[in-house]
Amino acid sequence: MAREVISTGNELSALGAFDAGCMFFGGYPITPSSEVMHEMSDLLPTVGGKFIQMEDEIAGISVALGASMAGTKSMTATSGPGISLKAEQIGLAFIAEVPLVIVNVMRGGPSTGLPTRVSQADIGQAQYPTHGDYASITLCAGSLEECYTQTVRGFNLAERYMTPVFVLLDETVGHMHGKAVLPDLEEVKASIVTRKRFDGKPEDYRPYDVPMNEAAVLNPMFEGYRFHFTGLHHGPTGFPTEDAAQCQFNIERLVGKINTVAAQNDGLDDEADYEEFMMEDAEVCMIAYGSISRGAKEAVVKLRNDGIKAGLFRPIVLWPSPEKKLKEIGDKYKKIFVTELNMGQYLKEIERVTGRRDFGTLHKANGRPIAPLEMVAKVKEMF
Amino acid sequence: MAFNYDQYLRVDKMPTLWCWGCGDGVILKSVIRAIDKMGWDMDKVCVVSGIGCSGRFSSYINCNTVHTTHGRTIAYATGIKLTRPDAHVIVVAGDGDGLAIGGNHTIHGCRRNIDLNFILINNFIYGLTNSQISPTTPQGMWCVSAQNGNIDPTFDACKLAIGAGASFVARETMLDPKKLEKVLVKGFSHKGFSFFDIMSNCHINLGRKNKMASAMENLEWIDSITTPLKKWEALSPEEQINKFPTGVLREVEQAEYCDMYEMVIEAAQGKRAKITQDDFAKKI
Repeated sequence: MAREVISTGNELSALGAFDAGCMFFGGYPITPSSEVMHEMSDLLPTVGGKFIQMEDEIAGISVALGASMAGTKSMTATSGPGISLKAEQIGLAFIAEVPLVIVNVMRGGPSTGLPTRVSQADIGQAQYPTHGDYASITLCAGSLEECYTQTVRGFNLAERYMTPVFVLLDETVGHMHGKAVLPDLEEVKASIVTRKRFDGKPEDYRPYDVPMNEAAVLNPMFEGYRFHFTGLHHGPTGFPTEDAAQCQFNIERLVGKINTVAAQNDGLDDEADYEEFMMEDAEVCMIAYGSISRGAKEAVVKLRNDGIKAGLFRPIVLWPSPEKKLKEIGDKYKKIFVTELNMGQYLKEIERVTGRRDFGTLHKANGRPIAPLEMVAKVKEMF
Repeated sequence: MAFNYDQYLRVDKMPTLWCWGCGDGVILKSVIRAIDKMGWDMDKVCVVSGIGCSGRFSSYINCNTVHTTHGRTIAYATGIKLTRPDAHVIVVAGDGDGLAIGGNHTIHGCRRNIDLNFILINNFIYGLTNSQISPTTPQGMWCVSAQNGNIDPTFDACKLAIGAGASFVARETMLDPKKLEKVLVKGFSHKGFSFFDIMSNCHINLGRKNKMASAMENLEWIDSITTPLKKWEALSPEEQINKFPTGVLREVEQAEYCDMYEMVIEAAQGKRAKITQDDFAKKI
């Protein structure tokens, strides 16, 4: 049975993690994400799960990665400055293939920026949070329900692809308070993915000995399958190597297991990678995600009332971007309008995929939301 | 019969990457003998290391091993231990790893008194990266990043550990592996954060630049700056300045973090009242 709750985005993200089987949270306080941590400190011990507030952001993710290495589903939550500090550990999670959900409730930047105000300027950071080559999975919630469902999905993708997954909320979505209708708990439980494990003889266990575009198979610690985690390039058994062919293979596999797989299968799972709103007969396609996609929906309705057939495309999976769909949009709609709470970070991706440069745009980076009427006025300029 | 190290080693990873005469191998063997004395099942042991020469420590012991990033060993190990309080977790870090870049985690690992065995291999230098000053490099020594001599004051790692609240703090050198093994067993048996400051040589990157180019000369210098705690206590304050006391410097019973977390679980599950100040002897 669907569940009706009154809650906030941040709290629903925590509840999603809890329902997805997360048993460990490590983090450090930071506005505007702290409520995720507060809620986890309340929820986890009720089922014997572990919560720890660490001494800094770096320790916050390191402790969570340690827990995940030990074999438990684990998460951390932070905001942009925290991601900047965690960057090196995120790299270790990529190369050692340690699953982790990282919730980023976005605030204005760079640096301390606008701690209490909304932003979507960590989109680029989520794609390339750390040095080196890899591919990121980034989900972006646009509603209270999605704070819950995308966090659940984040865990499933992390466990399936053995990688850190970003769940992006922006400050407005994270602090939004209201009614949400959550999916039936049994259905959620039935959808849960847990990392693969090797059941053969310990001496045959080769955690990183997997074909191109497949994820490592990492067993929990302390169960007889001894192996080695390292942030160094490693061979099939996890031990350091500098072999040129192996290193090249490692990177191609890390990128391929996400980007190639998503391109081949039209997404990383069966869930919606995007939402389309009144797109069928639209003559102008608006593109927006996160909190301002809500204003964009209102703008679509207002524009239609004014005689302009508008529609909205809202990506949910930002990385890897839904390339096939974006290409279709680029081919189909003469007029495309992109609006974001940054200076055009996803616009660049849309330009790359569609090969076009003739978009109407409205970008703000001042910590304020974009009102539907501002969008309406900008879209009208395109006619 | 000679002790069989092979059963604890990943023999296919031998020889080690450490320089000829390096103390890391002596410490590795001492740790292995201490594990053997403890009778631990290697499937239940985890060794976590960081970056530096000591970072390779984890890859040589045949158990669950993690080679983490620079300085973050204790934070990773805390996640592993808190997830599996039944596991035996040994953390190995160098003086740069544990006292400079990872100093904050060392402080808070000690403060939480989580049951980790933290082995600081203190060779007074950044050896792997070719001789830059570390927090324990003596003032006046010469390093590639202190071309005119080091002016940075020298760090007493054990004072930090004691001040931060570690319930077991010991200092030994790799000069006496038997004694080292005994102290390790003592610390491994202790419940709570066990901090070992183990002084070791780096004649290659500290010694060659400071008139102790052979391992023996470097070890003689370590011998000259250390003295057993009892003897140290009898020294005058002026003499104490230039000697590090060795042996067990602190050993107290103190609530361990994973045990305390059980109180959180019980409170959350309604099996006990919420935790209050009355649950702790120390109120401030």
